[in-house]
Amino acid sequence: MSAVLDDHHDHHDHHHAPPKGIMRWLLTTNHKDIGAMYLWFSFIMFLTGGFMAMIIRAELFQPGLQIVDPNFFNQMTTVHGLVMVFGAVMPAFTGLANYMIPMMIGAPDMALPRMNNWSFWILPFAFLILISSLFTEGGGPNFGWTFYAPLSTTFGPDSTAMFVFSVHIMGISSIMGAINVVVTIMNMRAPGMSYMKMPLFCWTWLITAFLLIAVMPVLAGAVTMVLTDKYFGTSFFDAAGGGDPVMFQHIFWFFGHPEVYIMILPSFGVISAIIPAFSRKKLFGYASMVYATASIAGLSFLVWSHHMFTTGMPVFGELFFMYMTMMIAVPTGVKVFNWVATMWRGAMTFETPMLFAIGFVILFTIGGFSGLMLAIAPADFQYHDTYFVVAHFHYVLVSGAIFSIMAGAYYWLPKWTGHMYDETLGKWHFWLSTIFVNLLFFPMHFLGLAGMPRRIPDYATQFADVNMIVSIGGFCFGLTQLLFLYIVIKCIKGGEKAPAKPWEGAEGLEWSIPSPAPYHTFEVPPKVS
Amino acid sequence: MTELAQKNKKLVVKLLGCVAFMSLFVVALVPLYNTFCEITGLNGKGTGIVTDDRPSTIDTDRLVTVQFITQVNPGMPWSFEPLESQIKVYPGEIKKVMFRATNMGAKEITGQAIPSVTPGLTATYFKKTECFCFNQQVLKAGESVDMPVAFFVDPELPKEYGTITLSYSLFNVTQAIEQAELASK
Repeated sequence: MSAVLDDHHDHHDHHHAPPKGIMRWLLTTNHKDIGAMYLWFSFIMFLTGGFMAMIIRAELFQPGLQIVDPNFFNQMTTVHGLVMVFGAVMPAFTGLANYMIPMMIGAPDMALPRMNNWSFWILPFAFLILISSLFTEGGGPNFGWTFYAPLSTTFGPDSTAMFVFSVHIMGISSIMGAINVVVTIMNMRAPGMSYMKMPLFCWTWLITAFLLIAVMPVLAGAVTMVLTDKYFGTSFFDAAGGGDPVMFQHIFWFFGHPEVYIMILPSFGVISAIIPAFSRKKLFGYASMVYATASIAGLSFLVWSHHMFTTGMPVFGELFFMYMTMMIAVPTGVKVFNWVATMWRGAMTFETPMLFAIGFVILFTIGGFSGLMLAIAPADFQYHDTYFVVAHFHYVLVSGAIFSIMAGAYYWLPKWTGHMYDETLGKWHFWLSTIFVNLLFFPMHFLGLAGMPRRIPDYATQFADVNMIVSIGGFCFGLTQLLFLYIVIKCIKGGEKAPAKPWEGAEGLEWSIPSPAPYHTFEVPPKVS
Repeated sequence: MTELAQKNKKLVVKLLGCVAFMSLFVVALVPLYNTFCEITGLNGKGTGIVTDDRPSTIDTDRLVTVQFITQVNPGMPWSFEPLESQIKVYPGEIKKVMFRATNMGAKEITGQAIPSVTPGLTATYFKKTECFCFNQQVLKAGESVDMPVAFFVDPELPKEYGTITLSYSLFNVTQAIEQAELASK
């Protein structure tokens, strides 16, 4: 570790060498340790949720029921969704935030390191509870990740309480992580690092953190009401007792829509770091990126009912939510325009992070366009609850959020490990992922338009061929991700030594420190001009 | 460093305040939602209250068709049907119709009927002066009862609505009542 950065002995509480073995990881308050644990945890969850997706695709390989019974199929779709949303995507971004934000703003660590430790370590228990509920009598949650009442109340399995508590813990963890990010960014910036000089990753995360603080309590409220309806005789969502099942959907989507931006805004930050680096140009329209991110976040609170067009809303409501939803395309379009404009006449090279970033821009935009189609209320009556919706949100989440996480991982791997990853294998990983992700999700658009409903283990025989293609795409995409695991392990174990700044066009304070980043960085804040 | 710690603490308290505010907001959402639906008639709500209003005039220029539909929640051994499936009324005219419920099961069951009006936006113009849905119905095994609903259609009803459908869903609340009694003990 770098002695140069470690010899300030005025705050000695920082300078104990980390304990060895498991205790180092259990007790650590170091943002790099915690960030790394978040990232590993998220990868394990990615494989777990991916395994469930393989079961789903294996069952759907052919029409008829072959492998699992319908109840187990429903549990797989539910837990796959929960694990991917709360276990893979969100912790991956929290991991990137923990690892990178202090280094980007010149802070020695996150503002609340002990809370940071806690917010990570409750997560594995949340997922232990959730996944173990699959092995209880009657099975785990089978009502979809959206747990609509009365499916989760009147008709939910006995293990619903386990689902509720695990979501509570995930929520607490997210809120603590978000508070930490806000305090770090607002209070710990190095002198001279004004808000408008921060890397966009910090900006997008700051806004994401506020979204988390605003909506995670709403999710907690929703699951608590499900809990009391199911076990304590209340009737929030039970019409017989004066409640209203449609209210569940309003409350859930009031959380749920900002949630989807929670999963994509940090992506925008990652992509906004990578595209300028490999185009060797400054990011085009920095300020407009900040305003666009903030407007997307603001609008996200005004569009929730576009998930509920078919519940029977007055025409005024349908029109309001339709236009609001379409309006989100404006700031999102600004972003895509800025990324393309950054690449315009840049001296571009196509290393793996850049490939994933360009893949992100193209595929995320496809997901955005299918989102616009879904936003059209009269058209949504046809698309609602079909595979078209599944195709849409997998385009924005897999080839959007996950691709950006991969891009970020390749981009910062040299900083984390001190070694360059294997570029050839990285390119293989990108091309295989891109080909198979499209083979997996693109035909789903057609299945949906032709009327194949989601969340059903069997289908009409006319959908058979396309489903088989989709399943093959799914298996290959899943296997390809094991290549990523191999590349990361190989990169940790060795490889070409990485310089402090391995990417010619990269900008930011994280590249001013040696690779691998020393255990303690910026104990004396850097001067930012 | 202590100054920073102080600053951090202040900000954390503020952010926790935001979390607390949003938690209260969720709790408030439930009554807010119900009030909102009752005022606007969204979701066909606003029909679960008895009105003291009496119509001032009868609009004999037009007739409004009022249809009655019923459904019994699965697992409840009752039959539940309107004696007339639809009637025509003048706006402002008070009419009384009967619904017949029969417990075909072997046990005493408490039922609760939940009304809903379609189109939702007519709900605020559909006024009940008397309705069995304001009370729970206890029927012994094999018992049958005719239950009245008296209503009028507000003469202010916009002209474009010619048909109003009143729907009742019947729920078995026997268990819920037992649970609530147990909980209160």
